[in-house]
Amino acid sequence: MIIAVASGKGGTGKTTVAVSLALSLADLSPIYLDCDVEEPNAALFLHPELTERREAGQMIPAVDLSRCTACGHCAEVCRYHAIAVVGQQVLIFPELCHGCGSCTYNCPAQALHEVFEPLGTLERGRVLPWDRGLPAHSSSEEITFAQGTLNVGAAMATPIIRQLKQWVIAPEGTDLPVILDAPPGTACPVVETLHGADLALMVTEPTPFGLHDLRQAVEVARDQLGLPVAVIINRDGVGTADVDTYCTKEGLPIVLRIPLERAIAEGIAQGRTLVEIHPEYRARFRQLFEALP
Amino acid sequence: MKQWVILSGKGGTGKTTVAAALAHLAADTCRLVLADVDVDAANLELVLAPTLETTHEFKSGELAVIDPARCIACGNCAEACRFEAIIPGEIAYHVDPLSCEGCAACTYRCPTGAIQMKLRDAGRWFTSQTRFGPLYHAHLFAGGENSGKLVTLVKQMARLRALDDEADLLLVDGPPGIGCPVIAALSGADLAIIVTEATAAGAHDLERILDTATHFRVPVGVLRNKTDRNPAQAEAIAAYCAARESPLRGRLPDDRTAIEAMSRAEPVTITDGPLSTALHHAWEALKKYLSSD
Repeated sequence: MIIAVASGKGGTGKTTVAVSLALSLADLSPIYLDCDVEEPNAALFLHPELTERREAGQMIPAVDLSRCTACGHCAEVCRYHAIAVVGQQVLIFPELCHGCGSCTYNCPAQALHEVFEPLGTLERGRVLPWDRGLPAHSSSEEITFAQGTLNVGAAMATPIIRQLKQWVIAPEGTDLPVILDAPPGTACPVVETLHGADLALMVTEPTPFGLHDLRQAVEVARDQLGLPVAVIINRDGVGTADVDTYCTKEGLPIVLRIPLERAIAEGIAQGRTLVEIHPEYRARFRQLFEALP
Repeated sequence: MKQWVILSGKGGTGKTTVAAALAHLAADTCRLVLADVDVDAANLELVLAPTLETTHEFKSGELAVIDPARCIACGNCAEACRFEAIIPGEIAYHVDPLSCEGCAACTYRCPTGAIQMKLRDAGRWFTSQTRFGPLYHAHLFAGGENSGKLVTLVKQMARLRALDDEADLLLVDGPPGIGCPVIAALSGADLAIIVTEATAAGAHDLERILDTATHFRVPVGVLRNKTDRNPAQAEAIAAYCAARESPLRGRLPDDRTAIEAMSRAEPVTITDGPLSTALHHAWEALKKYLSSD
């Protein structure tokens, strides 16, 4: 089962939920992917040993000047204005390129070829909760961990998320539980994360902001991607009951409530997970997982 | 006229709380235009309760559409597509609109000319009036592409208005992360106000957003939020900022009255709690950037 932990609004507790869920399932050898490649934070809580590393990126065009006739056809077929032909010169703007390959395919002089443009890195390894002093029932528990990191100054997060998922999840799928820690928002990086998931677990807070952004996130996950959605309310006790009312009206199950509590906020601020701060959450996450549709 | 952008790296650190507060405080001393460019989770309007003035369509990006009557199910399009957006069928193929990047690579390979590119209706942008000045904001449709383009559009429109009105300040509430929409939000800014939080994740993400602002040569001022959650971390952030010569411009304590004020659609600075006091001090520190070159 592939569970995407998403939210719409940032800072509602996606990583808090995702890391504690992974630790609560550690005897099932889950796979954890930190898909928030702009700001990946799960490693701060899980302390993985990262043993493999590779570049992520996309293919962009390069010009062979001896063949180029400056006909301008490449610039015409590019939908992203990533190539311009000025006089006899072909200018390529890698930051606008989506790596679709249309220019190379359409060049009548075969003057273009593709080269790899790095956008970030992928890393993978494992978390041994027992050895790390994290809550664990036995020393055999293990989480497969991987994360992507977008290079500073690079714009495109989606290819990194796509390649991270392809690297770790076999094309035929897996029987192991997979937890995807999604980025905030509802735009293309979130869609890329949710794509192929079996369920979206939405973490929200009971404030007008939380509700506004939850609605949009549900629109993407349930209405556009057709995923079942379950909701976790974090910082329960602040704000209003409007999130509850919304979930009831939309038929979205609220599977966990995490109260607004000083000890939790301080613990997380220090880099501790919810199951370390309050060990009883392990059973709650376990129960939640087993009850998921 | 100065253009300031409020950013954070990590989501949920308090960008919009700070934006609403600075709008309130700035409106007392200068002429102001506001823009909310967190286009997939636009929340400033929830605090400022604006009166909507105009609504505009945002058409951007394209979508491949296969005519089933002309499709011969040869599979060339699916082979050309690098985004797994083409779904095979026995009689005709079709396009998954959420995966399609609008590159048109498929159209060049289709032997029967069955694929056409159609412009997408990708969102809306709005002009509104608030107590503190005009607000430019937007809504990217769920799962939308091109959030960077919508960010740029909203910011340009707000900037034109600020020039027309001879405003002293264009205050831009930015998105989380460091990728495409953040880069679009940073461009042209005279100052990036970075709201960080005194947590393990906040400190980690601060480094990447400061690197991004530095990469694009935008001066920064850092506000440390939620400082009493982890005072040691707050001090570590101060030391880190000092080491990289990123000036601190405020220290903001946890304060529940903030959520209560926001739930009433009011900036926290109208209350007299500790956060309000700290934000008044922060404004005094930031104000000098209005007159300096």
